[in-house]
Amino acid sequence: MSEATIKAEGLTKIFNKHLVAVDHVNFEVKAGEIFGFLGPNGAGKTTTINMLITILKPTEGKASVLGFDIAKQNYNVRNVIGVVPQEYTADEDLTGLENVLLCADLYGIPRSVAKERAMDLLKLVELTDFKDKKVQTFSGGMRRRIELACGLINRPKVLFLDEPTLGLDVQTRTATWNYIRKLKKEYGMTLFMTTHYLEEADALCDRVAIIDHGKIVVVGTPEELKHGLGGDVVTLSIKEDFDVSEIIKKVEHVKDVKKEDGSYRIKAEEGEITAPLIIEALRKKGYTVSKLSLTEPTLNEVYLEYTGKSMRDAEESREAFAAQRMAMRRAHQ
Amino acid sequence: MSETNGNSKSKLHGLWALTNRELKKWYKAPVIFMLSIIQPILWMGLLGKAMNIGAIFTGTSFPLPQLNPPLTPQQLQQLGGYFAGLQSSIMQGAFSTTDYFSFMAVGMISFTALFTTMFSGMSVVWDRRLGFLNKALSTPVSRAVIIFSKVLSASLRSMFQAGLIIVVAVAFGLQFGANFSPLNILGVFAIMFLICVGLSSLFIAITIRSTRIETPMAVVNLINLPLMFASNAFFPTKFMPDWLQTIAKFNPLTYTTDAVRQLLIFNTDWAQLALDFTYVGIFAAVVATIGIVLSWRFLSK
Repeated sequence: MSEATIKAEGLTKIFNKHLVAVDHVNFEVKAGEIFGFLGPNGAGKTTTINMLITILKPTEGKASVLGFDIAKQNYNVRNVIGVVPQEYTADEDLTGLENVLLCADLYGIPRSVAKERAMDLLKLVELTDFKDKKVQTFSGGMRRRIELACGLINRPKVLFLDEPTLGLDVQTRTATWNYIRKLKKEYGMTLFMTTHYLEEADALCDRVAIIDHGKIVVVGTPEELKHGLGGDVVTLSIKEDFDVSEIIKKVEHVKDVKKEDGSYRIKAEEGEITAPLIIEALRKKGYTVSKLSLTEPTLNEVYLEYTGKSMRDAEESREAFAAQRMAMRRAHQ
Repeated sequence: MSETNGNSKSKLHGLWALTNRELKKWYKAPVIFMLSIIQPILWMGLLGKAMNIGAIFTGTSFPLPQLNPPLTPQQLQQLGGYFAGLQSSIMQGAFSTTDYFSFMAVGMISFTALFTTMFSGMSVVWDRRLGFLNKALSTPVSRAVIIFSKVLSASLRSMFQAGLIIVVAVAFGLQFGANFSPLNILGVFAIMFLICVGLSSLFIAITIRSTRIETPMAVVNLINLPLMFASNAFFPTKFMPDWLQTIAKFNPLTYTTDAVRQLLIFNTDWAQLALDFTYVGIFAAVVATIGIVLSWRFLSK
């Protein structure tokens, strides 16, 4: 496929004429990749996904999924996509199987086909034993899995996952990651997901877009983004009480040196090559390295670099987010 | 991949699935199901038997003025007969039937239609809040189908309850009209279906944009009883003040109730029955169209 699977151009959503939730975003998702939208709560991730799955109309700009325009050909879009929403939307009064079959009916899948598929999917998400239990008895992880089964019932070519592991424990989260990887690998599915977990984006996504205040600040593979920061971080300290910043700066590959509390924080491309060079340079001048550690930058540092705040700070603004979300919900009233 | 090829392309696909989802919440939940059966029986028993209007006109229900000379037992008996005749002609004149219970029991059918359908608006709000609505909207199912499944499930529920009311009312002593035939029951279901489609479309149209459960509750509380009493469900409109009669004349419940009475307990006036069906039918068609148009506009933002 020459064209991008998902393509957004200047996609914008303004609620209530002044609340800009998504602000002219441009991105492309290639066939068969897992594309992640990473950002704090309230950054515009869900609004973007809701526009792509055609339940929200964009205020401005356009986007297409598999070549279908999300505004003009929304029916075609809905036919080829699967959606795993953030909320637990399965009907609590129905059983697991009934829920999956209900979803099949919504896609107009004939009963005979639907039954077989539903059983396969329940097996995939390991809920076969619970298929006749009402969803109200399910745990959070099981509910998430039933959502996944529902989202896959029409064999979508593109699957949208909105915060697929929100509120799940570590074990269930890892299991969910495995399902997602399996979908990509075995079915060649294109996946678009949002998350505010850095480690999730890092572990799963082929490419990540960091979104903040409705704008995409950077797009790339997790590796690219981390390398874009200037590579690895070498932290070292020396026995002697003397500022050796200037010596370190002259070493090949070193990009930046900061002295913090008697230790040096050195940004360098390919730390494992640079670190011995630094030790060598210092030894030549008669200094002895007493401690050295090499760390690869995490997405958290990437995030910090581009949004000016760490993910944790962003999380703390949850109350502000709640207020904003309330405003969004009421915006159309 | 071309798996979607075998899928239904019908604009109505998913209608029965969504309707059945609503109905399952009702018939698979024993408590709710039982309550929905008990409620009309209780109301009918209480209202119908408590408001025993016919009894007011019997000779023993009010003190007779002392006459001088006192009435002989023979005269008393005569007077009793006179009152009995009076009662039946007053009842016939006022209610077009001699039995208030029969009159009221039929009103109860409209009452059930109103009370069952008004909750369909709430279920849209619940679906919105729980995210189910968004999920359904992201599937190829038509927006109109989402709304119409609510309408249909409320209608089927009311029709079931209407059937039940007829059975119970007969057990309690409903007196059928002179030219009643079992086929008339089908007519009752037909008019029930029409009024339920109209009413539940109305309640959905009012609450479709609402994101809070309080809104439809307030709406329902505001309009249900006025709508009920500004109709002929419990009392004939001809004794109402003019302004109320005017309101009742536009109230589709008046026509529904009248149609059911024509079919079950009156000597059927076919012209009047045709008018009733036309009025309720137009009401249902107009409001359902409005509901579907609104669903196109407001289900997605």
